Amino acid sequence: MIIDKLLMNGYGIFVWSAFAFTMINFTFLYFVTKFTFEKEKNKFVLKYGSLNPEQSKAAKGQATNREIISGTTVKSKI
Amino acid sequence: MFKFFGVNKLFSITYRFQKYVFFLFVVFLSVRLVEALILSPPDYLQSDSVRIMYVHVPSAWVSLGIFSTIAFLSIGNFIFKNKNFSLIAKSLAPSGLVFNIIALVTGAIWGKPTWGTFWAWDARITSMLILALFYGMYILSWKIFEDKLQVTKITSIIAIIGLVNVPIIKFSVEWWTTLHQPSSVKILSDSAIHSSMILPLFLMTAAFVLFSLLIFLMKYNTELIKIKNKGLERL
Repeated sequence: MIIDKLLMNGYGIFVWSAFAFTMINFTFLYFVTKFTFEKEKNKFVLKYGSLNPEQSKAAKGQATNREIISGTTVKSKI
Repeated sequence: MFKFFGVNKLFSITYRFQKYVFFLFVVFLSVRLVEALILSPPDYLQSDSVRIMYVHVPSAWVSLGIFSTIAFLSIGNFIFKNKNFSLIAKSLAPSGLVFNIIALVTGAIWGKPTWGTFWAWDARITSMLILALFYGMYILSWKIFEDKLQVTKITSIIAIIGLVNVPIIKFSVEWWTTLHQPSSVKILSDSAIHSSMILPLFLMTAAFVLFSLLIFLMKYNTELIKIKNKGLERL
């Protein structure tokens, strides 16, 4: 029965390859986007960590900066 | 209204929603895959090959929807000069292109058992290929041009010109004799598809919309962090 379900009346190769292609594309796009996101976030955290006290005071005045930093190791600076 | 489109306001919303959308998408897609591959009935004529419809049709719909949104945001950017419109449009483009490619490839795979060929220069397929080229030009322009004002103008023009292709894709099956059948899913009248198939089709579309929302949120937040990175350099 499982074999029949996999073969799908002879159309299995077409159906499974279409679904596999879709899922591979989803996974690829997700990880590429996630990688770029993490890279930019790490860059930000590094820059934020190297700010002098005066610059840090100016930076923490912005809500967005605080959001990015939240949950990272430089959170203590805020 | 434009206060809502402020960068800081949107970031605080999108940043928090990212992980919730991811979990919602994974759960929703898993259920929809079981439904599409196992629970939905085979077609009386196309047999099990009809299951390809559950990835092909939603991909085509989502890619068309995303391109239309990009084009309208570009028009909005020209009229209201709101920078955030172009940022949203830029963040939508990658998932739109991927859905377009999925629609073309899964269409080709479906074409072999149905029409006996992977590819034909059919009006619907050709116009979808043209849409992929517009997506390609749009994304490449953001990578090629450095000047912010210039790139916003160029990408907006590409999106607005590309918008002309959207109704051509939609009505191509009515205007020309094509291998594609006329629209089976209609908004204003009864659809030609049985409810046991149309419901999984709509739900799969919702899953694909969730995925494009997830990619959009991640891409949009990346773009905002890039802006904030430049802001830190200027301190």
